[in-house]
Amino acid sequence: MATEVKELKWIGKRPIRPDGVDKVTGRAKFGADLTLPGMLVGKVLRSPHAHARIKSIDTTKARALAGVKAVVTSADLPELASEWVPAGELQINFRDLSSNILARQKVFYDGHAVAAVAATSAALAKQALALIEVDYEVLPHVIDVVAAMQPEAPLLHDDLFTEGVTPTPETPSNIAKRVEFARGDLEAGFAQADAVVERDYTTKPVHQGYIEPHAVVASTSEDGQSEVWCSTQGQFSVRFYIAKLLSMEISQIRVTPSEIGGGFGGKTTVYLEPLAVLLSRQTGRPVKMVMTRAEVFRATGPTSGAALSVKIGATKDGTVTAAEATLRYQAGAFPGSPVQPGAMCAFAPYAFETFKVVGYDVVVNRPKVAAYRAPGSPIAAFGVESALDELAKRLEIDPLALREKNAAREGTHAAYGPRYGPIGFVETLQAVREHPHYQAPLGPNQGRGIASGFWFNIGGESCAMLNVAEDGTVVVVSGNPDIGGSRASLAMMAAEVLGIDFERVRIIVGDTSTIGYTFLTGGSRVTFATGMAVVQAAEDVVRQLRERAAKVWEISADAVIWEDGQAHPAGANAGEFEPLSLRDIAAEAGKTGGPICGNASLNAQGAGPGFGTHICDVEVDKETGRVTILRYTAVQDAGRAVHPSYVEGQLQGGAAQGIGWALNEEYVYDEDGRLQNPGFLDYRVPVASDLPMIEAVIVEVPNPNHPYGVRGVGEVPIVPPMAAVANAIENAIGVRMCDLPMSPPRLLAAIDNGG
Amino acid sequence: MAKYHVSTSINDEAVEFLCEPQQTLLDVLRDELQLFGSKEGCSSGDCGACSVMLDGRLVCACLVLGVEAEGRAVETIEGMAKGDQLHPLQQSFLEEAALQCGVCTPGILIAAKALLERNPNPTETEVRYWLAGNLCRCTGYDKIVRSVLAVAEEMRGG
Amino acid sequence: MVLVGGLSQDFTAGESQIEVQADNVRRLIEALDRRFPGLGAELEAKMAVAIDGEIYQDPYLEPIDADSEVFFLPKIGGG
Repeated sequence: MATEVKELKWIGKRPIRPDGVDKVTGRAKFGADLTLPGMLVGKVLRSPHAHARIKSIDTTKARALAGVKAVVTSADLPELASEWVPAGELQINFRDLSSNILARQKVFYDGHAVAAVAATSAALAKQALALIEVDYEVLPHVIDVVAAMQPEAPLLHDDLFTEGVTPTPETPSNIAKRVEFARGDLEAGFAQADAVVERDYTTKPVHQGYIEPHAVVASTSEDGQSEVWCSTQGQFSVRFYIAKLLSMEISQIRVTPSEIGGGFGGKTTVYLEPLAVLLSRQTGRPVKMVMTRAEVFRATGPTSGAALSVKIGATKDGTVTAAEATLRYQAGAFPGSPVQPGAMCAFAPYAFETFKVVGYDVVVNRPKVAAYRAPGSPIAAFGVESALDELAKRLEIDPLALREKNAAREGTHAAYGPRYGPIGFVETLQAVREHPHYQAPLGPNQGRGIASGFWFNIGGESCAMLNVAEDGTVVVVSGNPDIGGSRASLAMMAAEVLGIDFERVRIIVGDTSTIGYTFLTGGSRVTFATGMAVVQAAEDVVRQLRERAAKVWEISADAVIWEDGQAHPAGANAGEFEPLSLRDIAAEAGKTGGPICGNASLNAQGAGPGFGTHICDVEVDKETGRVTILRYTAVQDAGRAVHPSYVEGQLQGGAAQGIGWALNEEYVYDEDGRLQNPGFLDYRVPVASDLPMIEAVIVEVPNPNHPYGVRGVGEVPIVPPMAAVANAIENAIGVRMCDLPMSPPRLLAAIDNGG
Repeated sequence: MAKYHVSTSINDEAVEFLCEPQQTLLDVLRDELQLFGSKEGCSSGDCGACSVMLDGRLVCACLVLGVEAEGRAVETIEGMAKGDQLHPLQQSFLEEAALQCGVCTPGILIAAKALLERNPNPTETEVRYWLAGNLCRCTGYDKIVRSVLAVAEEMRGG
Repeated sequence: MVLVGGLSQDFTAGESQIEVQADNVRRLIEALDRRFPGLGAELEAKMAVAIDGEIYQDPYLEPIDADSEVFFLPKIGGG
């Protein structure tokens, strides 16, 4: 599958996205934008306690309220065994997922769903919630990850025994799992070092912060067929999860993905969808459920908060001799934090010979974490990239040079095991060195920081279909909800292979019944994996077009070539014929064998890993502790940017989310474990006036496993910012911040304490 | 609950509707009039996804009651294009890729149009502060701000 | 020769580098399961395979050369 060197017509251009007009005119239909006749409104009753035993739930009064059509609790859900089931490329414990969508014996966090109602109006549904009587026995709770690891900590699950330690402990604990990645003799490595930096860091859980709350409309007919419309990153995942949670056959469920108003990993699981199906099944009417913003914050996945310890040693020339990290990640109420990928990513950018990473997956009384952009990696990188900067200072080496000295390259054994193929990490460092930003002058109380980041990127299962219309225009069907412009990049690849104008290719996102199984939009896989499927489906069309031309010309298909959107005889021996365009062939398709339809289904392997390096300039107001981002440059290897504007958009958006993580975003819980800031006023995501322009610099080291060299780009940009900001702050005012967020009160305290 | 009868103008068209007293203008636009272009992101005036114009003033439709529309003029995203002519901001957002998921886009377009109507020559800082009430989680605002500045220049005849 | 790393050490009694004869992933997992009973199911459910640096998330019939380097690693999802 080597990349052919030839002039490309569309790859690398910036056409207008096919779904664009609908999105600037208000036409695009998002999750909450569907209304069906006779539709009921569903609402969820949520726990006011961080940890409590449910002694009883009395729904009698709620059911008696006129206009209330159904009330459901966990008693209405099938009991499922505790087992990890492969779901696409993820492992899901459906017993836990079921207990998360409706609590069983216990509630585990403020906001945990306890019951759901369907009523004829939103006001009635709210009234009904107030009439449900839940008798709780409040239990001691634990919010902090380190506290939760202590033997005397309140225990969430009495059947949770730490995995990954031998022998398996005989007493339950909140530590769900221990993971370890190690190589070499750590003690000997640190003994060789001339300087060693050892630090503890903490990060707060942060929410993906998509602007569109979770929303679903479900309609179930009397014969048990369910139609589901929802905002999700993966319609096939929703279908599978509903089937498992409600013991339905997969083919009974049809899931149509709405336009999705942001996901960032947070819409890779289900919350409302099974409840809406259950309520619609009980009532025989369509049920719409939409979360409030407070529900989104209280009950949907943030990523983990964490406590980590990092120790790195190096010789005078900057060669790292040993590196050690201990990562303790909050999983929320049920096991499954991203500590494993975090541990794998921690040292992934570097060719360290000797290292050890130990990770702990710890349950606490917070919402169950969900995936968030490069899950696990940003937390580990905050520690490692901060420690590397301090190490560079100790050794009096340029922090960029320290990274260059130790950078992973093609052939390096990645810290997580295998050898790297062609990767572009060094190229991003080089681009930083050559960028004017890196040498630009700074004023008083201003500082510059750099940091790097890594994500594996994934491939996986995808289908694509190309239908040629009678006039030679083409419709592509993809199975991936489009979050960031992937319809543009997929349609561009189809136009490229077919050799036709981009405007003649339309593209839709199919529902679960119109296109074959496609793993969800996540892991930075769509342009890579589904892109590969689209290319193969387009090649399938080209093969058919050559056959049709061959029939018209009465020659062998081997004697026909496809070039610039036209069939040509392969050479003088093939005969003299006027070229046949896609339009010509499509018009006569009926006579030459019927409609032309290309298909591909594949399991894409060989997603090229992604690396990025960011430069951040800050100014610190030492009177208030406020940090202003003055200038920001994000450099990343994209393999090959199909639509550079949307690649830049990924870099800019990821950097902005990372800046929010660095400076503002955190969950504030009171003593009783209740979330105090479940709204955008107090959970402050970056607004336009918080940020400067974010310059995106795309480096292209092609991925040899993709026909156009594509690597995923969505995840990496959120990895470097936290350390880049912390490093910049230290360079501005000499204060090393090890705890996120670096908000004004916290920074002011650090300044007052003399750093 | 008794409903109120409200006469108003939406996108230059006379409109009448019935609404309950607690329904917001956003509820009315979406649930009663099926105008789904204004989005609900927070219901507390923090995200700006429901930005509309009320008598020429930029407001969050989630903070205005439906009955308050009586006798006033409401402009929503559905009225921004004239016939098949996109507003220059809409066209520029497409060309400059100033949206990703697009759910904040209607509110941002309404807010940006309001800015350019009162300040045809804004600085980058003025654009950023004007749009500070419109959250976007996808783009980092870079291409949005660039796009607004470019349209301002274009509309000034630059 | 096949070099194997990243195995669940619960099963391999601490061994992390093992030589096995197998010409594809399915045969390799069968061979490992014979040597460490129970390991096969664990690998199939939870692990991806890297063969000479190339990661396969759902490995099955991928060929392995005599001098290939094979590494098991946890499956990766994403955001």
